[in-house]
Amino acid sequence: MKKFILSFFCVIGGLLVGSIVLKLSGISPTEAYQVMWNGAFTKPSYIAYIIIRSTPLILTGLSVAFAFRTGLFNIGSEGQFIMGALSAALCGYFFNFNPWIQIPLILMLSVFIASLYGGLAGLLKARFGVHEVISTIMLNWIALYLSNTIVMLEGFHKPNTETSQFISQSSSIAILENWKTSEAGIAWLASHPMLSDFMRPSINVAIVLALLATFFIWLILNRTSFGFKLKAVGQSLEAARYAGINVNKKMTYSMMIAGGLSGLAGATHVMGVSKNIAILAAHEGYGFDGIAVSLIGANSPFGVLISGFFLGTLKYSGQKIQSALEAPSEVISIMIGAIIFFIAIPSLFEPLYEKFFSVGRKRE
Amino acid sequence: MLALELKNISKSFGLFKANDSINLSIYSGEVHAILGENGAGKSTLMKIIFGLYQPDEGGEIFLHGKKISMTSARTAIKNGIGMVHQHFMLVRPFSILQNIILGVEPRTWYGSINYKKAKEEILKISQTYHFNIQPDAITDTLSVGSQQRVEILKTLYRNANILIFDEPTAVLTPQEIVDFYRIVKNLKKEGKTIIIITHKLHEIKEIADRCSIIRKGQFIETVDVATASEEELASKMVGRNVELKVSKTKANVGKEIFKINNLKVKNSKNLLAINGLNLSLKKGEILGLAGIDGNGQSELVESLTGLRRVESGDILINQHIITNLSPKNIYDHKLAMIPEDRQRRGLIMDFKITENFVLQNISKKPFSHYGIIVEKELKKFADNLMERFDIRPRNSQLLARNLSGGNQQKIILAREIANNPDVLIAFQPTRGLDVGAIEYIHLELLKLRDLGKAILLISYELDEVINLSDRIEVLVEGKIRASLDNDMIQNNKSIKEHIGLFMAGGGEA
Repeated sequence: MKKFILSFFCVIGGLLVGSIVLKLSGISPTEAYQVMWNGAFTKPSYIAYIIIRSTPLILTGLSVAFAFRTGLFNIGSEGQFIMGALSAALCGYFFNFNPWIQIPLILMLSVFIASLYGGLAGLLKARFGVHEVISTIMLNWIALYLSNTIVMLEGFHKPNTETSQFISQSSSIAILENWKTSEAGIAWLASHPMLSDFMRPSINVAIVLALLATFFIWLILNRTSFGFKLKAVGQSLEAARYAGINVNKKMTYSMMIAGGLSGLAGATHVMGVSKNIAILAAHEGYGFDGIAVSLIGANSPFGVLISGFFLGTLKYSGQKIQSALEAPSEVISIMIGAIIFFIAIPSLFEPLYEKFFSVGRKRE
Repeated sequence: MLALELKNISKSFGLFKANDSINLSIYSGEVHAILGENGAGKSTLMKIIFGLYQPDEGGEIFLHGKKISMTSARTAIKNGIGMVHQHFMLVRPFSILQNIILGVEPRTWYGSINYKKAKEEILKISQTYHFNIQPDAITDTLSVGSQQRVEILKTLYRNANILIFDEPTAVLTPQEIVDFYRIVKNLKKEGKTIIIITHKLHEIKEIADRCSIIRKGQFIETVDVATASEEELASKMVGRNVELKVSKTKANVGKEIFKINNLKVKNSKNLLAINGLNLSLKKGEILGLAGIDGNGQSELVESLTGLRRVESGDILINQHIITNLSPKNIYDHKLAMIPEDRQRRGLIMDFKITENFVLQNISKKPFSHYGIIVEKELKKFADNLMERFDIRPRNSQLLARNLSGGNQQKIILAREIANNPDVLIAFQPTRGLDVGAIEYIHLELLKLRDLGKAILLISYELDEVINLSDRIEVLVEGKIRASLDNDMIQNNKSIKEHIGLFMAGGGEA
């Protein structure tokens, strides 16, 4: 609980820093935040966009948080995301089964491949003592260039573009995509303006998967003997080894699960939003944002869910101050940076916490 | 002449009073021991003297008769107070010289560090007190005893007149302890005032002039060490009569249950730490393994519990070979261990007490069903054991970190006994515990013995080995140097010196 309250203080601190930056660029912070608020919550379609924007962040955040709780720092979420996206794009283009088979098949394959990719870092650590921070950073670049190479391959590459072919229609996880453009759909939506607006963005089932993943990760960490052992390894390698826990295996499993979560983020992004993959000049940042999400969410699954939505909202609404006020949207990155910065200095807000909350604690 | 006087010092943390109006007078040039159980408030008091904590309203500190407010460690150091912490504060890759001058480096006229001047000064101090150190040696390569000497030098280099030692012998080997006593006596001879925090009674008898006893944050009294017996000191510290030496009956020995044949184990430097060791344990006996730290004890225990690879030789329990099996497998063969380092290996400090009780058995029924933890069973199990072993405070939801050392050790003991082992390896089972807790652990080990279990007691405390063991083997350089049976332990008046000689590698084996 304490961690959540501290995170809350840090968020406020981040917003304050953001307003100072805005002020310095000659823009009224109240006006900017007003625009952001309106741009986020005044229309159903905005909410839908925020959900779409937040989903991958929640999943990569879970990936980082899960690894954190088991004593590993998964910087490799980015690379695992790419592996998931790449696998989904390949399978989605080359397979074309009935959607009821196609979608689960692609999801399972992509998650599996990404989890192997994550597990590789775990295995390297368990077997050869390679620190996971080093190996995952390297693996991020390997994933990036592997993806770029494959995108350009004859047969998969879409001629005259920088992208791959689109995935087949049966691979799409967007909700009621065809129905929306059918006559019946158009007619029905016309009579339901709220829903119609909400359905305008390509809302997809990924958010359901993210919610399920949140629950399952919570379950594993808090209610299963498997999670108990993983946490024991994370807390004290020596004690875990002495207690007869196979530490090496557990580290690999932990990274596999983390990799699978990031892979799910990548796969659902391709299947629900982008429908193909493109040549990447640099990392897109979904995985790195996952680190921020995990930190703000105090590395707990439900904390990650909240902070994932929070960051998604910031990122979506932050674009709007650019068009409306000609404010630099980089302000959002500065804010997120400041929040993380504050979280990294717990002593900054702990006195505040003690002042407001410790009276209640003493009575406990 | 009073060097230091504390009046009415209190310190509260929330509702908890760590120090409750303590008065203390320390004479110039004396060795003054502060005696108290773990958690009695000794360390808090010393931190107040050293300026790390501020006392509550109304407390006063007088230094050489003058009232002073210790606002920080810097003030304390400036006023000639030095502190040697239990856990050394050294930069390990630095040389001794660099560590000593860190923060008070002498400068040359153009601003660089004047190593020459520093070295001369350090050598001078070192000679005065017979420290025998090389200023240019890298701290990382030093023994624990030498590191402590560096810490002492650090305070002397800063012109300390009053030296505070926090549990100075807790980490030292017997030989290093003797050296430490010598150093303290030299310091005293040069007119330094010395305060030693400890709960070791014989240490007080050995070096202290006077001793102040603190119990539950309150000052009990100051006694002249010369006129007080160890038993008196112990009962004043604990507040009741304690047995320093548990009385035990003759062992009712059964058949052989545990056997080690010609065991060879390498240490981390790839040298043979255990070199052809043979041991045999029978049901219902305690076998003590005496020896100086670093003669292969850690490697032996690690190899017995599956944490370190055995190069050659066999380990048998109940006629089953368990050599090089996994820790879990060995545990399931009913071999349990109380590890040397309870905070690093025995417990997970940030896990709840309930969780620490089931570290090995979480996957088994009734603690989990189909992989889902049954919280209710964990709590029931923990509450039960906490009642039986009197673990306090009686709240199984606390983190292990929140318990005192004695209670932490009780968790480990309770957990291992609850698993009903045939053989228990007790490695330094009372390290860092106060007499009350030591008495408890010793009695429990004897109870276990009388239930027909075999116990291998490995300890660097020779007194403990002699008090508890039915047989003693002396471990020197990875081999058994000498064996002593019960008659020899009971009937030999100078048994301690006898074994001590073996431990040092001498004597007729």
